[in-house]
Amino acid sequence: MNYNIDCNGYYGEFGGAYIPEMMHANISELQQNYLKILECEDFKSEFSKLLKDYAGRPSPLYHAERLSYYYNTGIYLKREDLNHTGAHKINNAIGQILIAKRLGKSRIIAETGAGQHGVATATVCALMGMKCVIYMGKLDVDRQAPNVLRMKMLGADVIPVYSGNMTLKDATNEAIRDWICNPADTHYIIGSVVGPHPYPDLVARLQSIISEEIKWQLEEHTGSPDPDYVIACVGGGSNAAGAFYHYLDNEMVKLVAVEAAGKGIDSGESAATTVLGFPGVIHGSRTILMQNDDGQITEPFSISAGLDYPGIGPLFAHLKKNGRAIFEHATDDEALEAALLLTRLEGIIPALESAHALAVLKKIQFGSDDVVVVNLSGRGDKDMATYMKFLEETENKRYK
Amino acid sequence: MNRIDELFNKKAGNILSVYFTAGYPALDSTVEIIRELASEGTDMIEIGVPFSDPVADGPVIQKSNDTALKKGMSLRLLFDQLKDIRKETDIPLLLMSYINPVLRFGIEKFCKKCEETGIDGVILPDLTPEIYTASYLGLFKEHNIYNVLLISKGTSAARIREIDGLSRIFIYMVSSSSTTGIKRNFSADQKEYFLKVKKMNLRNPALIGFGISDNETYLQACKYGAGAIIGSAFIKALSEGEGGKNTVRDFIKKIR
Repeated sequence: MNYNIDCNGYYGEFGGAYIPEMMHANISELQQNYLKILECEDFKSEFSKLLKDYAGRPSPLYHAERLSYYYNTGIYLKREDLNHTGAHKINNAIGQILIAKRLGKSRIIAETGAGQHGVATATVCALMGMKCVIYMGKLDVDRQAPNVLRMKMLGADVIPVYSGNMTLKDATNEAIRDWICNPADTHYIIGSVVGPHPYPDLVARLQSIISEEIKWQLEEHTGSPDPDYVIACVGGGSNAAGAFYHYLDNEMVKLVAVEAAGKGIDSGESAATTVLGFPGVIHGSRTILMQNDDGQITEPFSISAGLDYPGIGPLFAHLKKNGRAIFEHATDDEALEAALLLTRLEGIIPALESAHALAVLKKIQFGSDDVVVVNLSGRGDKDMATYMKFLEETENKRYK
Repeated sequence: MNRIDELFNKKAGNILSVYFTAGYPALDSTVEIIRELASEGTDMIEIGVPFSDPVADGPVIQKSNDTALKKGMSLRLLFDQLKDIRKETDIPLLLMSYINPVLRFGIEKFCKKCEETGIDGVILPDLTPEIYTASYLGLFKEHNIYNVLLISKGTSAARIREIDGLSRIFIYMVSSSSTTGIKRNFSADQKEYFLKVKKMNLRNPALIGFGISDNETYLQACKYGAGAIIGSAFIKALSEGEGGKNTVRDFIKKIR
C-alpha cells in the first residue's frame, strides 16, 4: 500500500485540489514549488536551525513511568507541548513562512481553532516581520481567550468569524475568501493536513520531524526505533500525520488515530468524522466529512476547539479506508479525566486535544512489554478555564 | 444544441444573466422569480443551489444561502419545484452551486435530472477544468449539459486558451480578485484585464460577473464582454423589496 500522494495530490481516492479558479494561480505556484523549496539546502539549513534554536527541538521523548505503571505497559510521551508556543503547530508555521518568503509574499493569513496554530503563525510573522491576519470563529475566540491575547500581543489582527457554528470550519472559509481577494502578496498558512493539494502533503512533511525524532529517541530508550503503538489525536490530523509519517510503511507499528466524540457518537454533538461522515469535498479536498443527505456540511461538536472540525485530512480518509490506522474516539468527559490523570501522575497538564489521545490508553489492551508512544501535541495552559470548571464539578475527589 | 446556443445565436452582445438563490427570499419563491425575470427580458437565469460553505461568495450570497437552507431548500426540492418549468418558459437556465451537494446527490443522477428538467448548464466554481475533464466531461456531454468554466484576473493567457478550448458555450469571466459582491466601479486594472481577454479573440463569448451592480458596470461589461452576470445586487434588491412583481421589474429597469 502506498501512503504518498500521486501526481495529482491524491492519497488513493482522497485529496486533490477542488478550488475556484480565483485560487488557481496561488495553488499552482505552491504545487510547482513546494518540493523544490523543501529540498533545497538553503531552506533545509534555515528550517532545522530555527527548529533547534528557536522552537527548542528536539522535543523530549519522555518515559512516563507512573502512567506506565498505571496502565501496566510502557508509555512514552512525545513532548510537543514543550515546543515554543506550546504545541506541534510551530513546526509547520516555521516551515511555511520560510516558503512564503521564498515565494516573495509579504502578508500571511491563517485560520485557527484552539488558537495554537494562530499563535504559532503570529509568532513566526513577528519573527520575520510579516503582516499577519488570523481568522478565528467567534465561539473559539471566547473559549480560547488566552491565545487570542497572545496573538494580539504578537501583532496579529485577529478577526472573529460569525458565520456557521463560528468555529474552525468557518474560520477556514473566511481565510480562503481572504486569499481569493488578496492573491498577489498573501500566503495562506493552513494549520493542518487539510485543504487543496499540496497542503496535506506539505504540512505532513513539515510535521514529519516528530516521527523522525521519535525513531532515534526511542532507539536510545529501548534499543529499537519502532514502538508497538503510536497514538495521536486527529482533528484535521497534523500532529498525527507528523507522528505517523515515518512509520506508515512499517506495518508492525500500529497507528491509532483518536477522534473527538464530543458528548458521544450518537449524541448529535460529536466531531468523530470517520464514524459520522461520508466522502465529499471540504475546503478544497476530497475526503470524509460530516454532512447531511443534501451534501450540506454539518456542525461538529467537541469540547476541544482544535478537534472541532467536520472534515479530516485526506491522508486519514485513506488510512481509514485501507485499514492502516486504528480509529478510536474519546468523549469530552473521557478527555477531561485523562487530562487530570496525566496531570496528577506525571505533573504534565496536556492540551484538551492531546487529552483525547491519552483517553484511549484505557480502551486498548496493551501487553506489559508493549512500547506505546503517545504524541502529546500541546500543553494545557489555554484550557485552564475548562479544566477548572471540570475540577470544581468533580470536586477534586477522585484523584486526591 | 440547447437553449443557451439559441440565445447566443440570436444575440451576440448585451446579454444579461441574473443569479438568484433558490429558496430565497421564500422557500417557494423560485418559480415566481424565474417567471418574473423571464418576463422582464432577462436573457438567462442562474439558479443558485444553496450550500453551507460557499467559499467563493461574499456576505450577501452567503446570507441568502443560509436563509434558503434554514427554510429547507435542497437540490431534491429544487428539481421538484422546477419539474414543470419548461411548460411555461424557454429562457436558458443554469444551476450554480458547489461540488459537494452535487456529489452527495450523485453526479450522474444530477446530470440526468438536469436534462429531464430542462436545465441547460451548470456552474460549479470548485470543479476545476482539470477534474471536470478527467472525470465528468463525457457525462455532461451525454446529457447535453454545458459546464461553464471560470477565468479570473490571475488566469494566465495560456490557461485562458485551454479553458476556451474546453468551454462549449461561454466563459464566466470573474471581474476582479474577489468573492462575489457589490462594487461601484471597475478600476483601470480591471479594464486592462478585460481588454487583454477581448483582444485574445476567444472562440467562446465571455460574460463578465462579480461586482456588476448597476447600469454603469453593466454597460462596461457589455463593452468588454458579451454581457453581464448579476448576483449579489439582485439578491440585495430581493431582500429589500416587498417581494412582488415590482421588485424584479424595477431592478431590471435600473440595470438596463
